[in-house]
Amino acid sequence: MTPVAQETDTYRADFEAFAAGRPASDPAWLRRQREEAMATFQERGFPTTADEEWRFTSVAPIARTAFRRPAPGEAAGVRSEDVTALGFGDGFGGPQIVFVDGRLARGLSSRIAEDGLQVGSLGDVLSRDPERLEPHLGRAVKAAAPPFAHLNAAFLEDGAYVFVPPGLVVEKPIHLVFLTSRGEGPAVTLSQPRTLVVAGRNSQARIVESHGGVPGASYFANAVTEILLEDGAALDHYQVQRESEAAFHAALTAVVQGRASRFRSHSFAFGGRIARHDVQQVFAGEGGECELNGLFAVAGEQHTDTHTVIDHAHPHCTSRELYKGILDGKARGVFVGRIVVREGASKTDAHQTNKNLLLSREALVDSLPQLQILASDVKCKHGSTTGQLDPAALFYLRSRGITEAAARSLLVSAFAGDVVGRVGIPALRAVLERHLQERLPGLRDREIQEAVL
Amino acid sequence: MLEVRDLHASAGGREILKGVDLSVKAGEVHAIMGPNGSGKSTLAHVIAGRPGYVVTQGSVHYQGQDLLAMTPELRAREGVFLAFQYPVEIPGVSNVYFLKAALNAIRKHRGESELDAMDFLSLVKEKARLVDIDESLVKRPVNEGFSGGEKKRNEIFQMALLDPRLALLDETDSGLDIDALRVVAAGVNQLRRPERAMVLVTHYQRLLDYVVPDIVHVLLDGRIVKSGDKELARELEARGYEWLEAPAAP
Repeated sequence: MTPVAQETDTYRADFEAFAAGRPASDPAWLRRQREEAMATFQERGFPTTADEEWRFTSVAPIARTAFRRPAPGEAAGVRSEDVTALGFGDGFGGPQIVFVDGRLARGLSSRIAEDGLQVGSLGDVLSRDPERLEPHLGRAVKAAAPPFAHLNAAFLEDGAYVFVPPGLVVEKPIHLVFLTSRGEGPAVTLSQPRTLVVAGRNSQARIVESHGGVPGASYFANAVTEILLEDGAALDHYQVQRESEAAFHAALTAVVQGRASRFRSHSFAFGGRIARHDVQQVFAGEGGECELNGLFAVAGEQHTDTHTVIDHAHPHCTSRELYKGILDGKARGVFVGRIVVREGASKTDAHQTNKNLLLSREALVDSLPQLQILASDVKCKHGSTTGQLDPAALFYLRSRGITEAAARSLLVSAFAGDVVGRVGIPALRAVLERHLQERLPGLRDREIQEAVL
Repeated sequence: MLEVRDLHASAGGREILKGVDLSVKAGEVHAIMGPNGSGKSTLAHVIAGRPGYVVTQGSVHYQGQDLLAMTPELRAREGVFLAFQYPVEIPGVSNVYFLKAALNAIRKHRGESELDAMDFLSLVKEKARLVDIDESLVKRPVNEGFSGGEKKRNEIFQMALLDPRLALLDETDSGLDIDALRVVAAGVNQLRRPERAMVLVTHYQRLLDYVVPDIVHVLLDGRIVKSGDKELARELEARGYEWLEAPAAP
């Protein structure tokens, strides 16, 4: 028996118990989907660095750890103060739904059902009206998705469900908070947040996903977000990852864009001991627009890995991607961005940029922009730079009386500025600036903050 | 105010300053002239504290204090200002707000009250007039997309705002057309004060037609080989530097 099989065997046993305990009301298609996901996960096992997609990131510490899925109700002790303590702000004016260990925390959440907008629990919909999920749930998660996404799908029981009916313009941002509890006993908690967003034809909405846990706690948060944009839909998706620096975090954001839809993603990764974020997008119709913005800022022993795929499967689509990394201490960053232009996808217009800033000698980043063009008459451009703070700029600022620490913070913050500046929700921008300030001591000076454009 | 004694400095293992002596008193304007590579800019940068230079011998005292022991920011707070030959572009950082932070740091260091936004902006208005710089320009990111002349004006604008005691102007005239040169020179002249000293580092005598120095020094191969009054500058313009042989190394 191979070590990989041993590692996944415990998950199989756990899965059998989980599946047997599910209520009879679970639809057959969902049971089948879970079975298939479990089989895929078991067959593929934990990825190793021999796997091209994982060559820069070893998940051996995750494979070695025995995790425990908390039982429902176990995390009932989580209070609203615990949510506030995560520093995600007090919501953004719209509904705020809190999930603990992947399950809806009803008492901490506001729910909304107005003009047909539904923001709530997947588990609720599964028990009441599972048929409405069947055409959507699991559709964006392809077989080639990372193994962790299949592990998530195998244990799917709850999560966030957002349905924006056709034509509705949702003014206030929807905030989904996912937090992982410390669990009970010595075992390490595994939480598997799941989100399904269905944006109806010509609808418009903004969704913020915040991920966090008890500071210093060790756990594994394994999230999957599926986003389906029907024709003409416009969606802004924000993801803020502030997991404990001892935690593992894996996330897949899978996006399918209908004809002439517009998707904007803003991903901010600050936390985790080992964190991996996959964004897998596909244009499923003509004339779509996709914008992926991202910032990762890590320090100490953190390892953060971003893999993005933009799939121009149809003509006349535009994509813009800007990811920036800030690495300090012995942190390691990975950016692999792939743009695929399929045969026949003429008039594709794709730009991709990755810029990284190394703040210490021991920090390291691997950046691999990749273009795969199978069509003609396309405009594609990509670029990647990695550098340190400009010593000339540092001296310039210091020569005017700014301390070295403040000058460094100012330059780092200016570097992050064009990604943070694209955040269209002022309250969220303030939250992000605060997270950055925590990492950049010189920025606590209000006047230095003012100088950041 | 500034006492430079037998200053030796090197960069990247190469000695650039080979024993500079310079004494500047409050109220004086000194010009340091010399051909390319003579060490003029290095001298200005060493006084301002640019990292990367190693002082191997000698001393620099400013108002009686050991300047070389201070960080660049402390020198700035003590009143040293360097107008850069090549002002640095810093995208994403607001020129005017970084200057507000700088000015208030300097004022705090001097025991003066910090300026609020209103007072600061009216000061900006006043000083911007002095160098005829567009107010909208000073509010943009630091030097980003500025023309050469705009960058130099911005340096003098910063100098006016930060109100230094010792101003070092590193080739502030280079790359300016005659109109811009007049504006910059007029700004510099307006900033001459009995309590302020200025050191103009320049390659050409042109600037000195507009800003008349008290003393002119010639720097050749890392040493000051000749000092004189403003007539020395004219002589250099007419005869070049060749007639001033660099002294043989001791």
